[in-house]
Amino acid sequence: MAHKIIPIGPYHPLQEEPEFFKLHVDGETVVDMDIEIGYNHRLIEKIAESKNFDQVTFLVERICGICSTSHPFAYVNAIDDLIGIQVPERALYIRTIIGELERVHSHFLWLGLAGHFLGYNTVWMWAWRYREPVLDIFERVAGNRQNYAMMKPGGVRRDMFEEDFPWIKKTLKDLIPKIDMFKGAVMDDPVIHARTEGVGVLTKEDVHQYCVVGPTARASGVGIDIRKDDPYAAYDKVEWKMITHEGGDVYSKAVVRILELYESINIIIQCLDKMPKGPIDSGIKDIPPGEGIGRHEAPRGEVIHYVMSDGGNSPARHKIRAPSYMNVASNKKAVIGESISDATIILAAVDPCYCCTERMAVVDYKTGKKMMDGQDLIRLSQEKTERLRGRHNMPPLH
Amino acid sequence: MKRESIIENIKVRSGKDLLEFTSKSKNRVYFTINKNILAQIAKYLFSDVKARFSTASGVDTRKAVEILYHFSIDEIGLIITLRVILDKSSLEIESLTPLMKCAEWIEMEMHEMLGVNFKGHPNLKHLLLTDDWPEGNYPLRRDNGA
Repeated sequence: MAHKIIPIGPYHPLQEEPEFFKLHVDGETVVDMDIEIGYNHRLIEKIAESKNFDQVTFLVERICGICSTSHPFAYVNAIDDLIGIQVPERALYIRTIIGELERVHSHFLWLGLAGHFLGYNTVWMWAWRYREPVLDIFERVAGNRQNYAMMKPGGVRRDMFEEDFPWIKKTLKDLIPKIDMFKGAVMDDPVIHARTEGVGVLTKEDVHQYCVVGPTARASGVGIDIRKDDPYAAYDKVEWKMITHEGGDVYSKAVVRILELYESINIIIQCLDKMPKGPIDSGIKDIPPGEGIGRHEAPRGEVIHYVMSDGGNSPARHKIRAPSYMNVASNKKAVIGESISDATIILAAVDPCYCCTERMAVVDYKTGKKMMDGQDLIRLSQEKTERLRGRHNMPPLH
Repeated sequence: MKRESIIENIKVRSGKDLLEFTSKSKNRVYFTINKNILAQIAKYLFSDVKARFSTASGVDTRKAVEILYHFSIDEIGLIITLRVILDKSSLEIESLTPLMKCAEWIEMEMHEMLGVNFKGHPNLKHLLLTDDWPEGNYPLRRDNGA
């Protein structure tokens, strides 16, 4: 069959996980897909063996620019597990707050990108505008908008101040009406339904076969969440519910993320109310020989770190597995059989911070001639939305 | 299924091929098993217990290469780690990819980083390193370049 190949990638400076997708298309339908990763392989696992245990926290913070606390969080959990140490309670609450603030800003970011891919550029601007107050909270707490450097084996690196709590709570509560607005925009818009419902479906069996994690799994009705299943930090000390949605399509993934925003804000406010006074660090001196496994439910799903110590100053082995490692592989299942105009949103639905779509190009398989580039493909997706809006007698977006 | 019954089942199925069992904490247990029964135990965990395969860690311990397969049983928050010790003279083990698709990438990664051959893997090429990476050069091996 005379297939065309659409290469997507290899990477874009804005994207934290470089990927390269080669879509084989027959007419408008995607018939096969190759995924290649490793364009920006940094071998951080090897570098970790040359840093001391404290420095590794900063190293793994630089794995991902969006969920920058996810890796340090899983790493400190692994070290705490290796030593078998009890972390001071106040530190557990602070860790939880940082983890959840990150989920809020990360989900807003995804919401914006998803809106952009569908042609709703206003949603994009709004989502990123409402993400800003969350980054302001980070700046007040940690001094940085990203790479907060809060985690530390056995505790946290810096304390939070009670006088900031009312302002943090107010800032977060002010976001709730905005989230209500997004919820309404996604759930009540017939065009968004038409673009996302039944598109890129992952069944429960696919979830098991590909072992996907996080919102990608929960949107297929599989209730897995490390925060509930293997509680750490203060997640078992506050009341919250795990969000799942049946459907497994792009729509379900959006709904899960939007509803999780409410839960995260709920968790942070409870943590601020319940946070006890006391030390924030258990003062670890030496790391004994042994091994530990730490996990954290990042915005995109389970992050798992395995650390082996031989009693020296540095890890003897440090294995890191990010959630997208599992989720991106499942794209092969989700995108085959769908149309090219839906490919961008399906590939974006697992939330790999998929900025490299701008590097997409349609190339004629036989002649090697470029037919379309990334901008054309986003335009294709946006035009489809406009057509559907026309059919629903809605005004055009652009 | 309860934590104890899963652990007991693995012990029974492993028989004399179980070399060591460690319960590090409530939610972390480690089994060291002979490589010939890995596929069988993995099948029990993945298909019968419906465990989720989290990832595998390949470690060069100088004397040997160890592979740790981490399975997560989410209902009870337990991580079961199956440790297999491979002698450096025969770095070969049965692939788990035919059983579970999620093992495909991590086996490719361990193949290129540590030089382990996964028998029965459908697509054992480079994952992270470039295709023209020199043969026999394994970045995570401690005897690399020696």
